[in-house]
Amino acid sequence: MLILSFTLILLLGAYLAGLTGALTGLGGGVVIIPLLTLVFHIDMRYAIGAALVSSIATSSGSASAYVREGITNIRVGMFLEIATTIGAVTGAMIAVYTPVNLVAIIFGLTLIFSAAMTLRKKNEHAETEGSPLAAKLKLNGSYPTPSGVVHYNLRNVGGGFSIMTLAGILSGLLGIGSGALKVLAMDTAMRIPFRVSTTTSNFMVGVTAAASAVVYLQRGYIDPAIAMPVIIGVLAGAFTGTKLLMRLNPKKLRLIFSIAITLVALQMIYNGLQHKF
Amino acid sequence: MKLSDTKINDRGIEIFIGRFLRWGVLSSCAVAIAGGILYLVNHGMEVMPDYTVFHGEDAGYTSLPGIIKGLETGSAKEVIQAGVIILLATPILRIFLSLISFILEKDRLYVFITAIVLCIILGSMFGGLKI
Repeated sequence: MLILSFTLILLLGAYLAGLTGALTGLGGGVVIIPLLTLVFHIDMRYAIGAALVSSIATSSGSASAYVREGITNIRVGMFLEIATTIGAVTGAMIAVYTPVNLVAIIFGLTLIFSAAMTLRKKNEHAETEGSPLAAKLKLNGSYPTPSGVVHYNLRNVGGGFSIMTLAGILSGLLGIGSGALKVLAMDTAMRIPFRVSTTTSNFMVGVTAAASAVVYLQRGYIDPAIAMPVIIGVLAGAFTGTKLLMRLNPKKLRLIFSIAITLVALQMIYNGLQHKF
Repeated sequence: MKLSDTKINDRGIEIFIGRFLRWGVLSSCAVAIAGGILYLVNHGMEVMPDYTVFHGEDAGYTSLPGIIKGLETGSAKEVIQAGVIILLATPILRIFLSLISFILEKDRLYVFITAIVLCIILGSMFGGLKI
């Protein structure tokens, strides 16, 4: 295949990844890794490098809008980034000693978990009683809604912190943003309202991914010829996706996409077990 | 970006960080497009390299001095990689900005927390984790 056609196909794939990512909340890496490994048979390590680049692009791109709206809780993000960056660097170090086929299997399992997480019921409830630790760390916050400002408090800071460390490890090992786990930590464990936890998770993905990406860049995982169409395509797709999001209800789309992702995940696990990577 | 005439508070900082993230992403994308066009003009009609076996990238693409050296010779791949570096630098510089803003707010606890995050990232950059 010619470099030109490879670049154009990848550009289109990255565009679709950015688009579905913005509409469903699943990050770009979820589409990029299977596209590169299952369709192009590119080595998993190049795919991880490309996925990290796409995670940072989508995170910074969409976080810029949410932060300005004042929904993101910057203090919660910064505090939990201690956990995710330690995890991410650890994950990037573990990756050297992990066989590629095992990485593919872990990736498949994470995909299935993420797909299930996008379909579950969301916590919209603002907690009135937080834990003393949350108050001490100044994590409680507020966000604007059409019906006025909502104040919320946090619980279970320790539990959230531990899940975040795991999210960081997976993100460093697989190159994905692991947004689903981040939301689980904030939404389910710490009881942060859904809108705040998704936007704060998005805000954190860039820093988490950058922590492991510097390791991967130095190891030669990031190929410029693959990274170039991925950056451009994912950003353009995410931009279109956020515009579209205001006009359509993504509920059905989320279901269809979750089923598709699960099938892809099973294929990844199967190939991993067959040692095809 | 007029930070000076805005009162230093969480809201003003949020708007500033939001703008900063957007500029980082857009400039990285612009550099990647420029490098991409150059790359396709020079190599578009060549057969795609074999990515099925991992061999790792050359030093020219994996270190800052290597990339800067390549930029001087006008190599397309190094231009793209410079775009990747801008993309990676955006969230890291964002932490620097947060650190400065917490210092201005005199929020000692968060100056400390932000400094920890920064140390972890700088440690992974310079800590010889190349293995």
